[in-house]
Amino acid sequence: MKPNGALHQLEQESIRIIREAVAEAERPVMLYSVGKDSSVMLHLALKAFYPMNPPFPLLHVDTTWKFREMIAFRDATAARLGMELIAYTNQEGLREGVTPFTHGSRAYTDVMKTDALRMALDAGGFDMILGGARRDEEKSRAKERVFSFRDARHHWNPRGQRPELWSVPNLARNRGESFRVFPLSDWTELDVWRYIAREAIPVVPLYFAARRPVVERAGQWIMVDDGRMPLSPGETPRMKVVRFRTLGCYPLSAAVESRAATVRGIVRELECARSSERAGRLIDFDQAGSMEKKKQEGYF
Amino acid sequence: MTKAGAILRFLACGSVDDGKSTLIGHLLHLTGNLYDDQVAILEQESARLGTNGAGIDYSLLLDGLTAEREQGITIDVAYRYFATPQRHFIVADTPGHERYTRNMATAASRCSAALILVDARQGVLPQTRRHALICALMGIRRFLFVVNKMDMAGWSEQGFREVQAQCNRLAGDLERFGLPRAECVAVPVSALNGDNLVALSPNMPWYDGTTVMGWLHAVAPGEGMEHAAPRLPVQYVIKVARPGGAWQEGADGAFRRGGNGTFRAYAGTVVSGSLKRGDRVVVLPSGLRTRVREMWCGDRLVRQAVAGMAVALSLEGEHDVVRGDMIVAEDQRTELAHLFKVRLVWMDDQPLYSGRHYLFKGVAGTATAGITRIRGRIEPDSYQRLAADHFSLNDIGEAELALSLPIPFDPYAENRETGGFILTDRLSNATVACGMILHPLRRTATVRRQCEEIGPPERAAIKGQRPCVLWLTGFSGAGKSTIANCLERKLYTLGRHTMLLDGDNIRQGLNRDLGFTEAGRIENIRRIGEVAKLMTDAGLIVITAFISPFRAERDMVREILPGGSFVEIHVDTPLEECERRDPKGLYRKARQGEIPNFTGIDSPYEPPRAPALRLGTMARPVWECADAIIAYLREHGLLPE
Ligand SMILES: Nc1nc2c(ncn2[C@@H]2O[C@H](COP(=O)(O)OP(=O)(O)O)[C@@H](O)[C@H]2O)c(=O)[nH]1
Ligand SMILES: [Mg+2]
Repeated sequence: MKPNGALHQLEQESIRIIREAVAEAERPVMLYSVGKDSSVMLHLALKAFYPMNPPFPLLHVDTTWKFREMIAFRDATAARLGMELIAYTNQEGLREGVTPFTHGSRAYTDVMKTDALRMALDAGGFDMILGGARRDEEKSRAKERVFSFRDARHHWNPRGQRPELWSVPNLARNRGESFRVFPLSDWTELDVWRYIAREAIPVVPLYFAARRPVVERAGQWIMVDDGRMPLSPGETPRMKVVRFRTLGCYPLSAAVESRAATVRGIVRELECARSSERAGRLIDFDQAGSMEKKKQEGYF
Repeated sequence: MTKAGAILRFLACGSVDDGKSTLIGHLLHLTGNLYDDQVAILEQESARLGTNGAGIDYSLLLDGLTAEREQGITIDVAYRYFATPQRHFIVADTPGHERYTRNMATAASRCSAALILVDARQGVLPQTRRHALICALMGIRRFLFVVNKMDMAGWSEQGFREVQAQCNRLAGDLERFGLPRAECVAVPVSALNGDNLVALSPNMPWYDGTTVMGWLHAVAPGEGMEHAAPRLPVQYVIKVARPGGAWQEGADGAFRRGGNGTFRAYAGTVVSGSLKRGDRVVVLPSGLRTRVREMWCGDRLVRQAVAGMAVALSLEGEHDVVRGDMIVAEDQRTELAHLFKVRLVWMDDQPLYSGRHYLFKGVAGTATAGITRIRGRIEPDSYQRLAADHFSLNDIGEAELALSLPIPFDPYAENRETGGFILTDRLSNATVACGMILHPLRRTATVRRQCEEIGPPERAAIKGQRPCVLWLTGFSGAGKSTIANCLERKLYTLGRHTMLLDGDNIRQGLNRDLGFTEAGRIENIRRIGEVAKLMTDAGLIVITAFISPFRAERDMVREILPGGSFVEIHVDTPLEECERRDPKGLYRKARQGEIPNFTGIDSPYEPPRAPALRLGTMARPVWECADAIIAYLREHGLLPE
C-alpha cells in the first residue's frame, strides 16, 4: 500500500501549481478531456479556489468520435458545477470528412485533435493551459517541465526547455506565447485511482467493467459505440465484460477484459497489473518517438 | 509533510556515462516497477540498437527524447515514479554533460537526497565534483556515492576503497568551502548486473554495508521545513462577491450555503513552519499586524497547517493583501532587505557582468535586480574562490545584488523556499540564473588607526560596533531568555557580534562548582560580571539573562565594567503572571516547598530603581521587546548604523 502521506503531498503540491498558473495567467483555461485525470485535476481546482468557482472555462476538443457516455458526463459535470464549457470541433476537418477509419489514426489525430486544439486556443487567446498529462504515461512526457513553454505556433522545444527551479517557475512570455501546465506531472495512474477513491470523485462509467458490444481489431477489443463503425461483411459485435483504462475516441481506445466494477476494484486490479496504461492507446504506437513528435507540433 | 510515508525526492547525477540512467532503469526493474509491455519494448529496442550487446540497455528506458536516443546521451531530466511497500519515490535522472548543467540544477533544486555516480575505473572526475557542489549549494545534505562498473574493475576491494577515499575528500572539501556537513556513504555496485542495488552481491563478499535501495529506504525524506519559521507567500486572492451583503470576515455558516456578502481569502502554501487559527501574524512588506481568523484546506476548515500544505486563510479585519505579500508569524518575522550577497549558478549563453539588470522572481514576488558587484567565481573542481569580473554559462559564483524594492526573505541556508530565486532576462524572457541568498548587505564604516598595541577600542573597531552588556533582570519566567534569544538573533542579522550568557551555558560549565547558597549566588554573579567584562574587551555585545534579584550584586557588575557599558534592563513581568506561566514548573515546586530560597516565593526580588529600560511583557510580543532594546541602543549611540 502506498502510504497516505504521499497522496496528501501530491494533492497539496498540485493545488500550489494550479494557483500559480492561474495567478500569472491573463486568460487561463483547463483542458478537460473528460477522463479520470481531468476529473482529478478539476477536483483539485475546486479545492484550490474554494469557495470561489475556478476562475477559468473548461475546454474540450470534441472530435465527434468520443464515446457518447463521455459527452453526457461532460455536459452534466459542467452544469453541476456551473462552469463555462467550450466544446471545440475542427469544422474544416469535419467538412472534409476526416475520420479515424478513412484517414488513418495519424492524419486523423493531426487534424481533429492537434489542429483543433491549436485553433481552439488561438480562438480563445488562452495563455495558461492546464492539462492532466502525467509524466509516468510516456517517455517523452517524463522529460517535460511542469510549466512547459509553447511558442506562438504552440510548438514545444524539447531540447531547449527552460530550467525550472524550486517552486519558482519562469512564466515570462510574449504575446501569442503560452504555457501548458501539468499539475498532475508527479502522479501515477495508481495515485489517480487511489485519490478518486479517497475523494469519491465522479468518473465516466466506461472505466467500470460492464457488458459492452466489441469487435476485435489487431488483437485489441474496440467498442462499437454507434452506427458509424464500419464492420466487415459477416462481422457482428460481441458482448464482453470489459472496461477502459484510458478514454479517448472510441475507435482508437482499446478496452481491457476486466471484472473491476468499482473504484476499489480498479485500485486492486492496478496494484497487480502487468501491463501499462498506454498499451490500450493506439495512436502512440504509430511510430517510435511519436508522442514527442505530436507534442512538438502542439498536441497535449 | 515530511512525516513517515511522505515522498523521497532524489536525483542521480555524476559524469557522463558513469551509469546514471542504467542505475535508475535497473532499480525500477528490480523493484517490480516496470510493466511487462515496457520490458518487452525495452528488450526489442535493446536488441535492435545493440548498445549493450545481447543484454538490456536500461538507459533506453529513461532517455525518452529522440535526440537523446540518436546521440546516446541524456540531455534533460527524466522523472520516474516508483514505490516499495515502505516508501514512495520520485527520482530524477539527470544529464552528465557540463553543457546541460542547468537541467541538472533543475532536478537538484527540489531533491533532498542525491546518488552521485562514479565509475570505479576512473574515480572522481571534475564533473563529479561539479555535480556534488551544485547539490550541496542547493541544500542537499544526503549523498550516496555509487561506485559503479565494479564488474569492469575486477570487483576489487582496493579499487573501491581508493574511490571511496576520493569521495570522502570531496565531502571534506565541501565542508572546508563552508557548506554544512553532509551525510556521505559510498557503495560499490554494478548498475548493469544489479550487484548491491537491492541485495548484497556474492561478487563482492568483502562489502557488507548498505545497498542502494537500503540507503534510499533509510534516508530521511525532506529537509525538515516544518521546523523552520512560519512563512506563507500569498499566491492568489480568493474573492467572492455576492450581491447585497456586507464584508464577511469568514466564510462559515450561511455564507457558504450561498448567502450574501463579500468575502476574501488569501491562498498560498505554508512553505515552512506551521500556522494555527488565531496565530498573530504580520503581513510583509506592509507590516500589517493581525491574526489568522479561519483557515481552509480545500473545502475543509482546519485548525493548523504545516509546511507543504496549500491553504486559504482569512485575516481579522478588512485589509488589502495582494499576491506576493508574505504572511509570517509575528514572533518569527523575517527581515526586509533589498541589498544581498548571493550565490548564482549562471545559466545563460550571454555572460554576466556587473551593472547588468534582470528580473528577480522568488516566492515573495518580483523586482528589478541589478548586479552591483561580482565577488568571485567558485572553481567547480577545487571549490576555490577565484577572482572574476564576469560569469559565463554554467559558472558558479558569488555576487552582490540590488533590488528595486525591499523583499521579505530568509537566508537560503535557513529556508530553501524563501531564500531561493531566479533571474530572467527582460528581453528574451530566458532564465539566466538561479540564486541563493547568503545574507543581506550592510556596509560598515570600519575605523582604521595605526597603533602598536591592540586594545579594546581596536577590537571593537574592527567589528564596527560599541561593546556593552545588556543585563536582563527579572523574575523566573519573566521572559528574559526568550527576549535575549530573539534580541541576539536580531543583532546577528544586523551583522553584530554578540554573546549570550544564560543559566545553561554558565551554570553547567564555569560555575558548575557553585551552589545556591547566598555566597554561591554572589560568586555566580561576580564571575558572570568578569566574563562579561572580558567579552566587552574583546569587542562583543554581551546579553545576559539571570534573575539577579539583589541590587548590590547588579551594582557590583556595573562597577567591574567600563563606564556606560552596563545597560540594566528590567523585564518587568508581575509575579502573578510569571507564576501563571510557570514554564518549567518551578513555581509549583517552590510553593510545595521543594525549592527553598525561590525568588518571589520565599526570597525577595529588589527591582532596579532606575533601569535603562523597563519592559512590560503583558500585552507585548517578544519581538517588540527586542525591538525596544534595539531602539534604545540606537538612541544612545550604542548601535551605529
Ligand atoms: N560494464 C558495465 N557497464 C555499465 C555499468 N553501468 C552502466 N554501464 C554502461 O555504461 C554506459 C553509460 O551508461 P548510462 O546509464 O547511459 O550512463 P549515464 O550517462 O550516466 O546515464 C552504457 O553503455 C551502460 O551500459 C556497469 O555497472 N557495468
Ligand atoms: Mg543518462
